[in-house]
Amino acid sequence: MSQISPPLALLAELTHRCPLQCPYCSNPLNLERASQELTTAEWKRALDEAAAMGVLQIHFSGGEPTARPDLEDLVRHAHDGGLYTNLITAGVLLDERRIARLVEAGLDHVQLSFQDSEPGGGDRIGGFKGGHAKKLEVARLIRAAGLPLTLNLVVHRQNLHHLEGLIAMALDLDAHRIEIAHVQYYGWAFRNRAALMPTRAQLEAATATVTAARERLKGRVVIDYVVPDYYARRPKSCMGGWGRQFLNISPAGRVLPCHAAESVTSLSYDSVRQRPLADIWLNSEAFNRFRGTDWMSEPCRSCDRREIDWGGCRCQAFAILGDAAATDPACGLSPHHEALVRIAEADSAAEAPEFEYRRIGAR
Amino acid sequence: MSERALVGEASVPRLARGTRLQFDKHREQWIVQAPERLFVLDPIALEIVQRCDGVASVGAIVDGLAAKFDAPRDIILRDVNTMLQDFADKGVMSL
Repeated sequence: MSQISPPLALLAELTHRCPLQCPYCSNPLNLERASQELTTAEWKRALDEAAAMGVLQIHFSGGEPTARPDLEDLVRHAHDGGLYTNLITAGVLLDERRIARLVEAGLDHVQLSFQDSEPGGGDRIGGFKGGHAKKLEVARLIRAAGLPLTLNLVVHRQNLHHLEGLIAMALDLDAHRIEIAHVQYYGWAFRNRAALMPTRAQLEAATATVTAARERLKGRVVIDYVVPDYYARRPKSCMGGWGRQFLNISPAGRVLPCHAAESVTSLSYDSVRQRPLADIWLNSEAFNRFRGTDWMSEPCRSCDRREIDWGGCRCQAFAILGDAAATDPACGLSPHHEALVRIAEADSAAEAPEFEYRRIGAR
Repeated sequence: MSERALVGEASVPRLARGTRLQFDKHREQWIVQAPERLFVLDPIALEIVQRCDGVASVGAIVDGLAAKFDAPRDIILRDVNTMLQDFADKGVMSL
């Protein structure tokens, strides 16, 4: 193992509480309760440790991070420590005064989610009545406050027919950047896969729409695009490699290589309450288990892409194959890839079942 | 939503809101931070970005660089235009 570089970014999941109930939520099925959450002082110490070890960007996320009344305090603390601060929010708890306080605290950027381009679909998918209208209002307040805005648009079989409308909405709201991300199937999304999975034709149409929009809107808005990997030929470079660039702290302080890592139940994770962050990053069993390439077996081990995609996603290998050390079945070189494609084709061809909404205690 | 901004000698560039130029002391390099992105600046890019203060025009920036490096102005102009247009298209630079 060569020398371990420090992480570039920290995803701080301040809480799992959220007024929305999106059926593809990236939080784990076992949601942490408010009583387990780190205190303000514990978060500040974790932010200090992150900055000291070389983290450059902090993403305040959740759940809904604005549900924590100390968000401004934490943004200010991170900002004063030299970190670039980003807020990832559903927006529905924000108002003009709170946004002004966040600006004053040093917030650099906001990512605001939308579930659809129109209220009916938006409120239904998010499971929150009136949410879409409130988000439109909040987007305008964010821009009026001078903050740069990214719209986070998670797309799937129940809103892909509105993709052009979603892009038009982002332009209308004066967004600087649009993140169009197909659902990734872990946790809640894995459970709701049949209700969300697009057909291959829907995926190809979406990709064509995004490609054309990028060309048409060059220099006006940046569009990032994340594809659904069940139909892929090669896996995504998940997190840029396990324990290479990124770490995540859960509301209760568990330190994870990605937000879905707790779905790999064969690993256990340390907490910032018990162990210094840098020590967890460098020396913990969980972070070293899939770091680099030494853990790989074939076909990854001899693959010339092993330091490009880093074996793909460990959570996906575990979810589909029950073996987190296997090649991600999203890779066409995996012996299980064809089975994965058949799952996607079967899910997307059948009538979509009802959503199982994300809520605490739903299991 | 405005049209695409094109770099010219009269343009007055500055880093866009939501981006930040800083020295990364852990990795000993100059970077521009942007939403979920990081641009590592080589010494030439740093010379250019440091002059993008919202006051100096591209023409003035190029004059300054040509004098400092004793290099042909037209080549510097071409390089500066290319870099600033790329940064503008990525939303990092305002013109």
